[in-house]
Amino acid sequence: MTSPLQQKIKIAGPVVVTANRVADGAVVYWRADGGWTTALGGAAVTTSAETARELVQAAISDGLRAVDPYVAPVKLTRDGEVRPGNLRELIRFSGPTIDLPVTFGI
Amino acid sequence: MYIYDDLDRTLVNERVAEFRDQVARRLSGELTEDEFRPLRLMNGVYLQLHAYMLRTAIPYGTLSSAQMHMLAHVARRYDRGYGHFTTRQNIQYHWIKLEELPDAMADFASVGMHGMQTSGNCVRNITTDQWAGVAPDEIEDPRVWAELVRQHVTLHPEFSFLPRKFKIAVGTSGHDRAALAIHDLALRLHRNGAGEIGFEVMVGGGLGRTPFLAKTIKPFLHKRDVLSYVEAILRTYNEFGRRDNIYKARIKILVHELGAEAFAREVEAEWQNVKDGALALDPAAFADVASRFVYPAYERLGDDPPAVGEARRADHCFDAWMDNSVTNHKVPGYAIVTLSLKPEGGTPGDATAEQMDAIADLADRYSFGEIRVGHEQNLVLPHVAQRDLPELWRALDAIGVATPNIGLISDIISCPGLDYCSLANTRSIPIAREITRRFRDHDLARDLGRLHINISGCINACGHHHVGHIGILGVEKNGEEFYQITLGGKADEGAKLGALIGPAVPYAQVADVVEDIAAAYVELRARPDELFIDTVKRTGIEPFRERVYATR
Repeated sequence: MTSPLQQKIKIAGPVVVTANRVADGAVVYWRADGGWTTALGGAAVTTSAETARELVQAAISDGLRAVDPYVAPVKLTRDGEVRPGNLRELIRFSGPTIDLPVTFGI
Repeated sequence: MYIYDDLDRTLVNERVAEFRDQVARRLSGELTEDEFRPLRLMNGVYLQLHAYMLRTAIPYGTLSSAQMHMLAHVARRYDRGYGHFTTRQNIQYHWIKLEELPDAMADFASVGMHGMQTSGNCVRNITTDQWAGVAPDEIEDPRVWAELVRQHVTLHPEFSFLPRKFKIAVGTSGHDRAALAIHDLALRLHRNGAGEIGFEVMVGGGLGRTPFLAKTIKPFLHKRDVLSYVEAILRTYNEFGRRDNIYKARIKILVHELGAEAFAREVEAEWQNVKDGALALDPAAFADVASRFVYPAYERLGDDPPAVGEARRADHCFDAWMDNSVTNHKVPGYAIVTLSLKPEGGTPGDATAEQMDAIADLADRYSFGEIRVGHEQNLVLPHVAQRDLPELWRALDAIGVATPNIGLISDIISCPGLDYCSLANTRSIPIAREITRRFRDHDLARDLGRLHINISGCINACGHHHVGHIGILGVEKNGEEFYQITLGGKADEGAKLGALIGPAVPYAQVADVVEDIAAAYVELRARPDELFIDTVKRTGIEPFRERVYATR
């Protein structure tokens, strides 16, 4: 597998760096001041490929807390809210699109 | 049931201790992810979209009630209260925390369960007919052979780093309920012309981006040679299988590129080196394995007790369930009962902890404490006295696993898809759920008859879409979910790959397309009892294509 550092990063809009937390696999986002957050709104957002590459590099250096960081697209709403940029990221952010199994009343 | 001995228990417990140490070293930073990944995969631990996923082996799909209770306990204690039964007769948990995994594995080990070889480039969980040992049409219980091979390949150092994963199924003559033709290696028990029981050996089956049906390389293999021949096949694959390209690494590609005859010659040559050595079957060793399969002490009962007939006449729901979900048993007075994990609007293969506990209790009460998992993602109680069927049905209905849709259009095989899986491009589960809603009318589903829909959320084909009577494959186009539809696939003794009917359709139209196909079938079938798959074979896909694309 090609290292994320060796991959060309092409971006067509705002992006964040995301990964899964080592301890429990939860989805996390890289903050502008370094470190991880589970809140997408707290993620460092960039539209620059060079900055995205730097963010990934910084995130990878923290291999103890998160697994396989990568650049993911986001959308910015008019009031500046950060939202996932595609279906995969939406599902990572908000969970499965189906309700989880229910108890059948026993 | 197979009874574990001290060796089995020691092996499983040692693996838990080893994995506990590995997890501790990962959490402390002593191991990097690159170092840890192959270790966790050897224990069935994946990282999915939202969390870690633990896959636990259920060898040849046989579970004791104590093991089923443990599945429920792990779901409740370490996950979100449910588990997902898979097409390899395993169970997956989708919300496991790495820091809790060693404890979950220790709990599993207490009932002889583990995740070894449920992932990685090794021999995976060996599957078989979910009716093994009880089906009237089988000539011998294939699980004994599956167990023998399982013991041989478990932690086998030579086969722990194969070019790619390797899936084995063991079946028996008669109707193929184990999807033999889509396996890397399939062993089919049958009798030769002299009346001896042995194996037909098939290799090179598999789905994914390059689907192939397995080819027979040895029509009859004597029982004594089964381990040495499997060894020869694995060695041949290990030597010649491609390691330079993950997409060409499965044995199916090797068999295809080399040709089945040339591959067979290589196997035969290798076999000559091992066939009369230590791997020649030792009758005493085989007898020991066979002796640890304990069969129920069946009562002497007659078929068709009058009370069941009365109950059928009194309750049409019970009658429909009897027709659909209850099958003849090889022992008079008993029945095989299939539990549907495909309720209307539900996720195929999912069961809650409460359901699992209840099923375990019902197995104790009505099925000698035994449960099976089928590759169609349903469960089976294999030893039910016919007199108990009305009472059992009421209990199963109360926990939502008595939907009378086994083998019908809403009995859908589905992978987890993009709702969970990091490999998927598209969702599978919502498609399956919507189709079950469209065909919620059991009379309509029964009228359509046997009809298998298989759905995969990506080309890896975990939902076996190539061999669905109707196959649905999700593909991404410009960020949108589209689905290709195939018709005419089947996974039984007449296995066949489905044919694509035309351009992919968008997510919102898939259930409509299935309704169109079902409507076309009703118009096209030669008579009411001509099965869907037979109509497709007779007419070809063209009339279905015309119907589907006429208004799209």
